[in-house]
Amino acid sequence: MSAETLTEKSVASDLWDGVRLSMPVVVAAAPFGLLFGAIAVDNGFSVFEASLMSALIFGGASQMVGIELFGQHVAPWLIVLSIFAVNFRHVLYSAGIGRRIAHWPVIQQALGYFVLTDPQFAVAERKAEAGETVGFAWYMGLGLPVYVLWVIESALGAVFGKLIPDTHALGIDFLLPIYFLGLVMGFRKRPLWLPVVIASAAASIIAYKTVGSPWHVSIGAVAGVLLAVILPPHHSGVEANR
Amino acid sequence: MSTTFWIIIAGAIATYLTRVGGHLVISRFDHIHPRVEAGLNAVPAAVLTTLVAPAALGAGPAEWAALVVAAVVSLRGGLMAMFLAGAVVLILARQFVG
Repeated sequence: MSAETLTEKSVASDLWDGVRLSMPVVVAAAPFGLLFGAIAVDNGFSVFEASLMSALIFGGASQMVGIELFGQHVAPWLIVLSIFAVNFRHVLYSAGIGRRIAHWPVIQQALGYFVLTDPQFAVAERKAEAGETVGFAWYMGLGLPVYVLWVIESALGAVFGKLIPDTHALGIDFLLPIYFLGLVMGFRKRPLWLPVVIASAAASIIAYKTVGSPWHVSIGAVAGVLLAVILPPHHSGVEANR
Repeated sequence: MSTTFWIIIAGAIATYLTRVGGHLVISRFDHIHPRVEAGLNAVPAAVLTTLVAPAALGAGPAEWAALVVAAVVSLRGGLMAMFLAGAVVLILARQFVG
């Protein structure tokens, strides 16, 4: 077997590894894609506009907020600012994942950052934590199915939205918190995990009650990250790894 | 083009800036201080927790039961197992407590 077929094989298997890991994300995101499309049309978007928003923004929570404000006839600049605020947490993901994908060509990196969602970041971080290289084929295998289905579901939701039955009885509004809890639990072996979780939970709850949504996400996140920065390095395990 | 179209374009640019921005700032430094590295390592738990905690606090018994069961399952099982367990508990519990 030549070296070339070997590499091709490993690229293909990397891709499929990523696709396999994308399946829970696809399942968890599906109701929200449909729901987004339905709500978008309800708030005055066309099917094309709903699909376009999913294709270009690819961030469920921010799209919901944007649609909600659009329906309330809020000023356009305020809608854009709100989308930015909801997505601001990605700045932290971006800073964290940069270390893992710095070896990719620039164009591939630019694409990689485009699909950097919550689960994309969490699953890629886990792979890096296990000491494995985060390759482009694997990363896109993880991200592309989620992206493609997100756009398709949004379009379907926009066309058939009114047919969705009782979403509350189906638990759809609370599926994402359950999924995110699973991602949080996946990092429990990391140094400082519990203190960080407690700090972020407390700060986000206080911010939610005082400043309000969506800023509680950024405020809570910064509280947890700051705690890890402030605590002496022997707690954070960073120097021990060198 | 309609206002809606431009809202979507501007929202997309703002979103992409958040996704690439953290990296662009961090990559200006050739050496990452251990404390910054410790902070970056805390990012997943810190951010994802904020997506759970306020939602959990504002929820009721059905949601709490789902979260507890999902957390227990996650100690042993994979992500998919914990997610399905939580979803099943949530749907069943809501039939009773609404």
